[in-house]
Amino acid sequence: MCNQTVGLVAAELERHGIVTVALQLLRSVAEKVRPPRALCLPFPHGYPLDTPGDAERQRAVLRAALGLAQAPGPGPRLMEFRDGI
Amino acid sequence: MAKTSDLSLPVRLFLRGYRWRRIDPVPFAALTRPVEQCTVGLVSSAGFVLPGMTSFDKGQRGGDSSWRAIPGDADSSTLIDGHRSDAFDHRGMTSDPELAFPLRRLREFAEAGEIGAVAPHHASCMGAITATGQLVKETAPEIAARFVEDQVDVALLVPV
Repeated sequence: MCNQTVGLVAAELERHGIVTVALQLLRSVAEKVRPPRALCLPFPHGYPLDTPGDAERQRAVLRAALGLAQAPGPGPRLMEFRDGI
Repeated sequence: MAKTSDLSLPVRLFLRGYRWRRIDPVPFAALTRPVEQCTVGLVSSAGFVLPGMTSFDKGQRGGDSSWRAIPGDADSSTLIDGHRSDAFDHRGMTSDPELAFPLRRLREFAEAGEIGAVAPHHASCMGAITATGQLVKETAPEIAARFVEDQVDVALLVPV
């Protein structure tokens, strides 16, 4: 449900001209709901930025999201997070 | 990646018949400046509140669609988990709220010049919303209005 919630908020923000990247923990939900830009993460529920206390890992996920924010349209754009992105 | 098969049987049974809300058409805003000059805001569905804030209503039918504005200079370590779902492990985000509300990480990016600025307000909501009408008609437009007022360029949205 969380994946859908943030996707629906993302769509409203985009309608107001704000670029969004919705992190997603369930690719199947991302494909159904279709947020404008979705970064699919290989982490379990409850762990959207992976490991608690691992600042560098958290920064890597956020950097990937900021990279996707620069992707050209049209949407939906769906990208898988992988190490090194 | 998480899988629906990781979820409990009652949740899987519920999801089997659930009709997801499809975004159609898909809006798509274009970035008008480099990320290094952008103001960045967060939307987290972890159900966090700061001390003194009213908690989310865990008993509301269809889910509590309200939201809380979290100041950009808030100490994320003080965020309190108010998410009602028992479908996921809460231990990670309670031990390190940055996992689902990475305010400190954003401030580090701003200090390092990787983004322009951290938004003055961020949005906390609770993601366990099965009835999405109020979320779409009221909550999301309210968050959008706040972000527009705050001149947010990019929003990162974090589910749990």
